[in-house]
Amino acid sequence: MSKATLATIWLDGCSGCHMSLLDMDERLIELSPQFELVYSPLVDAKVLPRNVDVALVEGSVSSDEDEHKIRLIRSRARILVSLGDCAVTGNVPAMRNSFPVDALLHRVYIENATLQQQVPTERLPVLLKRVRPVHEVVTVDVFVPGCPPSADTIYSVLKELLAGRVPDIAALSRFGI
Amino acid sequence: MNPAPSVKTLMIDGKDVSARADQSILDAARENAIPIPTLCHLDGLSEAGACRLCLVELKGTPRLQPACVTLVEEGMEVTTQSPRLEKYRRMVVELLFAERNHVCSVCVSNNMCELQDMAKQLGVTHVRFPYRYPRLPVDTTHERFTMDHNRCILCTRCVRVCTEIEGAHTWGVFGRGVDAHLITDLDIPWGTSDTCTSCGKCVQVCPTGALFEKSKVGMQSQKNPDFLNYLNEMREIER
Repeated sequence: MSKATLATIWLDGCSGCHMSLLDMDERLIELSPQFELVYSPLVDAKVLPRNVDVALVEGSVSSDEDEHKIRLIRSRARILVSLGDCAVTGNVPAMRNSFPVDALLHRVYIENATLQQQVPTERLPVLLKRVRPVHEVVTVDVFVPGCPPSADTIYSVLKELLAGRVPDIAALSRFGI
Repeated sequence: MNPAPSVKTLMIDGKDVSARADQSILDAARENAIPIPTLCHLDGLSEAGACRLCLVELKGTPRLQPACVTLVEEGMEVTTQSPRLEKYRRMVVELLFAERNHVCSVCVSNNMCELQDMAKQLGVTHVRFPYRYPRLPVDTTHERFTMDHNRCILCTRCVRVCTEIEGAHTWGVFGRGVDAHLITDLDIPWGTSDTCTSCGKCVQVCPTGALFEKSKVGMQSQKNPDFLNYLNEMREIER
């Protein structure tokens, strides 16, 4: 049996969901015969392969780079999973949505900076006007709320998906915590 | 002597039940261990019909009715669980999340919130409506308590407990529709209110992190509205 291909991406989030994924500990070894991690912040691969069976998405869509990444991964992934509250709800990154981007950048890089007071512009992704949950940008197949979703939750979700079943998320996780 | 209250017989989810004529469908259902989800209802306070989670189907009418403010009637046939009701209840919870800024992960009531629990109970794993992200104030002027409008779902439990139990009439609702929000007295900062007795009942009955005690976070900020039944019972005995 050929292994399923798994990709994970990290948009605007704190990487806590990836930490929770690693928190699966020995269960990673248990599941590892079933999948190959082809693209992820956790591995060296630099290019997203053409066909991905399952893509786990951490983080919200906050910049033009995030938007490009999520559209690309959607076009190449069979099952796209919104992993964690940032991807599912916008969560903490979206707290900036009540303020205009200019005001935000000014506050952070001018008002609250003591050295080199300037808004960075070069070689950085441009912030979108509003931070959006993943499903407001592309179609999402599986939603896994939680901040972060527990290792148990991620294990159950992966196990079910690799077995070709749809996990019962409401029984596993919830917003917050 | 009061005349014996009249008794109505009705059917809830196919089960024959009886109730006093002055009881709501919600009362009758709960007395018979038939669960109906609620957020604005709280035992010991009057009903507001504000959250619409307790909507039920009544045979003979296409309109859904809120169980908390609909009185039982003879021969009524009530359905409390159906795909249609589940759809609307989930929608209600999603709209509550979309309306203001409920950031569960950084909320003082994280893991102790009735809205968060309700989302899980109803299987709400994401919100299909665009979030509004309104810019809302946080009133920290009171010495002991904070009002965070970002987390308020306008259940009006605080308004009712302040009026009906404490008798202070400090809390009120200002504005209409999406602009509706809570105010203290005539829309003055909470800390400057003449009527507030700082009893904290509003904090204890608040289902979310909208009202909380300052300097209490995590498990310390657990709400406890049980005093309501005790107070009501004691007052009943005194009468």
